[in-house]
Amino acid sequence: MALGSTPTPAGPAPSSGLIVTPSDAPEVPENVFMTTLDSVVNWCRKYSLWPMPFATACCGIELMAVGASRFDLARFGAEVMRFSPRQCDLMIVAGRVAMKMMPVLQRIWLQMPEPKWCISMGACASTGGIFDTYAVVQGVDRFIPVDVYIPGCPPRPEQILRAVMDIQAKVQKGGTFAGNQGLPELRERERYMIEHRDVPPGRSIAAERGDEDRFGYRLPGGPSKLGLEDTR
Amino acid sequence: MSTATTSPSVDHQAATLKTLASIFGDGVYSATRFRDNLRLYVPPSRLIDLLTALRDQCGYALLSEVGGTDYLGYPGRTRSRFEVHYVVRNLDTAATVVVKAGVDDPDPTLPSAVPLWEGANWMEREVFDMFGIRFEGHPDLRRILMPEEFVAFPLRKDYPLRGRGERHNFPRLTRGES
Repeated sequence: MALGSTPTPAGPAPSSGLIVTPSDAPEVPENVFMTTLDSVVNWCRKYSLWPMPFATACCGIELMAVGASRFDLARFGAEVMRFSPRQCDLMIVAGRVAMKMMPVLQRIWLQMPEPKWCISMGACASTGGIFDTYAVVQGVDRFIPVDVYIPGCPPRPEQILRAVMDIQAKVQKGGTFAGNQGLPELRERERYMIEHRDVPPGRSIAAERGDEDRFGYRLPGGPSKLGLEDTR
Repeated sequence: MSTATTSPSVDHQAATLKTLASIFGDGVYSATRFRDNLRLYVPPSRLIDLLTALRDQCGYALLSEVGGTDYLGYPGRTRSRFEVHYVVRNLDTAATVVVKAGVDDPDPTLPSAVPLWEGANWMEREVFDMFGIRFEGHPDLRRILMPEEFVAFPLRKDYPLRGRGERHNFPRLTRGES
């Protein structure tokens, strides 16, 4: 029903000439839309994402390609790469994160103002990739919240565009104008992670994922021969 | 072509060995050759003497590499567990000599080459970081690659490839509090 046109009174044609606007179809002028404040704020946010490119490896090169003219991240309103976390609301972790880099990543994440989102780009950022060694963190989602994962080594630029579109859908769906508490269906997992904060490192993660031994990986030949004291 | 390139280096190596023999005599180092490499095994007590002679008397002015090796479990190994090699280079003749010194557990220690070459500073720090070999007289023997709070020496053969949980040892930030 076109809004703003002559409202159709409910029921039979009025004989008295009195026009009654029913309460479930209020009269709205033309070019005026009704929505919620959260919805408008989220709509503004999702088309003005400012990414923080945390590019540590070859994924960063693909990220640059996304920002350049051929793939043109500006079509999605996310072209303003900022190198100060204070000005960003979308962290893109592109590349492997060494254990020496993880505190830096966490600090940058904490420095970003709310609301903020995170994309884990590529196999290394998501799982450690081929770098299953003592020095490389096996997935940044163990230590910072991640909203969207991108597979690939490195991912195609189209995948990054797809991830930005997913982030936009998520921004539209979750969060209020006052902050971003994440999606309601993920709060259970957040609670779980807070409860398991004090479990010794390496153990809660294994229990959580269910497919790993204490080295953070299911070894093909069974558990390692080293004793528990060697794993701290 | 190959003889033209290899024969001068062999000549330089022979000249180097001759000069060293006139300085040290027998019994200080043992020399072996592999392809065009000349390798000198020397006990740690005479390491600095040999490096000094190579630099000052033989013209090997550049220390181009310091590296370590852990031979733990190496088949047929009878010498010391660790070995540190110094690659020195003569910039006039382009000749190269590898000096190797073996050290053993516990507390492997070698004299530092920093008084001879300033460039040995970071290279020795790297060997210390990866193998735990200390260099006596080094002005600033700290970790260079691994974080300061790291306790193990990751390139030792008895250190597991996936570490001992250090890579999981971070606080977890959740959406609710970050």
